[in-house]
Amino acid sequence: MKTLIRGGNLIDPASHTDGITDVYIDNQLIAAVGQAPDGFEPDQIIDASGKLLIPGLVDLQCRLREPGHSQKATIDSETRAAASSGITSLCIPPDTQPVLDHSAVIELIHHRNQKSGNRCHVYTIGALTKGLHGEELSNMGALKDASCVALSNTLSPFANNLVQRRAMEYAAGQGMLIVIQPYDKALYSNGCAHEGVLTTRLGLPPIPEAAETAALAKDIELVAQTGARTHFGQLSCARSVDMIRQAKQDGLPVSADVSMHQLFLIDRDIDLFDTNKLTIPPLRGENDRDALREGLQDGTIDCICSDHQPQDIDAKLQPFPSAEPGMSTLDTLLPLAFRLIEERLFLSRLEALARVTINPARIFNLPAGRIAAGELADMVIVDDQCHYQCDAKNFVSAGRNTGFQGWDFGARAVTTLVAGRIIE
Amino acid sequence: MPGTNIQLHPNGKLKHFLSIEGLNRGILEDILDTAESFTSVTERSIKKVPILRGKTVANLFFEASTRTRSTFELAAQRLSADILNLNISTSATVKGESLLDTLHNLEAMQIDMFVIRHQDSGSAHFFAQHVGPGVSVLNAGDGQHEHPTQAMLDMFTIRRHKQSFEQLRVAIVGDIKHSRVARSQIHALNMLNVGEIRAIAPRTLMPEQAGKLGVQVFEDFNEGIRDVDVIIMLRLQKERMTSALLPSEKEYFQQFGLTARRLALAKPDAIVMHPGPANRGIEIESAVMDGSQSVILQQVTFGIAVRMAVMSMIASHSAEA
Repeated sequence: MKTLIRGGNLIDPASHTDGITDVYIDNQLIAAVGQAPDGFEPDQIIDASGKLLIPGLVDLQCRLREPGHSQKATIDSETRAAASSGITSLCIPPDTQPVLDHSAVIELIHHRNQKSGNRCHVYTIGALTKGLHGEELSNMGALKDASCVALSNTLSPFANNLVQRRAMEYAAGQGMLIVIQPYDKALYSNGCAHEGVLTTRLGLPPIPEAAETAALAKDIELVAQTGARTHFGQLSCARSVDMIRQAKQDGLPVSADVSMHQLFLIDRDIDLFDTNKLTIPPLRGENDRDALREGLQDGTIDCICSDHQPQDIDAKLQPFPSAEPGMSTLDTLLPLAFRLIEERLFLSRLEALARVTINPARIFNLPAGRIAAGELADMVIVDDQCHYQCDAKNFVSAGRNTGFQGWDFGARAVTTLVAGRIIE
Repeated sequence: MPGTNIQLHPNGKLKHFLSIEGLNRGILEDILDTAESFTSVTERSIKKVPILRGKTVANLFFEASTRTRSTFELAAQRLSADILNLNISTSATVKGESLLDTLHNLEAMQIDMFVIRHQDSGSAHFFAQHVGPGVSVLNAGDGQHEHPTQAMLDMFTIRRHKQSFEQLRVAIVGDIKHSRVARSQIHALNMLNVGEIRAIAPRTLMPEQAGKLGVQVFEDFNEGIRDVDVIIMLRLQKERMTSALLPSEKEYFQQFGLTARRLALAKPDAIVMHPGPANRGIEIESAVMDGSQSVILQQVTFGIAVRMAVMSMIASHSAEA
């Protein structure tokens, strides 16, 4: 199958390309960009004129809820949502049920994805410790062989710093990237919102900044000690950005991401107990959001993830402290990325889109995130001239728990190609 | 929902009573004036008026309560309502029924008014968002958020003794961080234009940025109590010691207990209040609690009239609506 995508404005951050360019696809791969290869006879031509053509989005943190919580969402429902929103590669953290500490569970995920038609490249992040219990190391070599792209203990604490050090050392020895969400369980306590005026006013159990930063300081020290390549996920505090900036200046092998919603929403948006805005880490203060944006601009924070957490209705239909955390964010990732462009957060749209394409792909070493000859043909045609209001009723994801209901959006994915196939 | 006020009818009258925040001075003064008229009812030999006749009030308590529940019950009875008391901690939700299912099942029994206490902050708003159109919710305490009828009976007690609020200096002392009573009191006192509110607590029991609520923060009781007109002591819960917020009851009493000696630093006619239940010898000395400046038992008495006032205002407006 040969496909020609004609007349689109190609934006490829990896090659710094932004201009009207044709793209030639031969089966799964991109055959050429710009000039047609010799004798290229397209079987289909997609007219992308007036539209943008960008690499498929790469999402480093995305919960599909399967296996374990298929009442909330499934691999089938969420890969459909991902593809419809232009996300062509996504990574599942290991806190599924059962936990991703065994190759059988990982095989199950790939099998289910295949059964659903491979609408999206699904990658797995293996567990650093058995059962995520934080006590014994998982079989990291086997997880690597089972194609895990990184290892993490998610929000489950290590029994002590010694276990964490050894887990990081062993993983580094296996050549595996470590992913850490800095999280001090005791300081989080039973908190459900950013400690500040809002929690004082609403009487909500507060989550102090130190619940993230105290953990992050220790984590960075263990990176310095072990030399383990480490990616810090879903940072939420201004001080965390400073700490990562310093770690990078010190030459430590660290990278970082932020959840897209943390770039837009703050604690005040919780208003009178809106459970859709209950997240872990919590929505922080205005200065935190601004610092996260700055960190993203100056490269301290490398990329943006969705931190997609679809919930069923009952999980959010509770008084605020009893509701389950998380936002359904696959449907809003791409339009919000374009909102960052609109808000002129970056000098160019190339820079903005790098944060959701080539940057995350490079950190996780995924074959994704660029449009160039020889690469997998993962790309999305985007209409950036549309105007619509975000409405969870129209979400493709099974989770309707958005924090962006009613927001004005100006971009949507029109056509998504994964490995050369148009995903319907 | 931003912009809309779930507690009020479109005409500005009371629909639910969830939090002092979101109300206005007019409504608070209405409540105090209406309560004033009900105090005479509660002093009569036949203590009943027919305002809620034919209405059913459900007391839905997910947390234990003696004072609040029984004064709500008496208030409803004196307004001639039928009353249903449910102690949920031993009931359906323990068997796995969801909160909303419990609520909707009771609604199916044609309850007109729910008086709800629940351990989650925001639960009163949550219930109000999900009851049917003609049904009202009264917050009898939601987590650490608000306890608005308690605050109103406190305002009533203050007004009885001090007439106007403008010149008053009011001290709130103790576990402000975990106190729904303190939050409601602070909002109410600010709304009624009180002269000065002082929040006095050790730093571990003071919420973050408490000053933004419109209070002066003190960590030294002796300094904070100086020349105040009203002292409101808060209950100290024993688990504050086990969770490393305080060293010991003894040290707390030494630093933050209200003793006769400390009380002497306040204005000579200062009144002493406590929402109950009080811990004698921990936050308050018996001599003060039983002393001439204590109005603690009056608070309980006034609680009935204030709760009658709130219920009757809600009932009359829902009849109009």
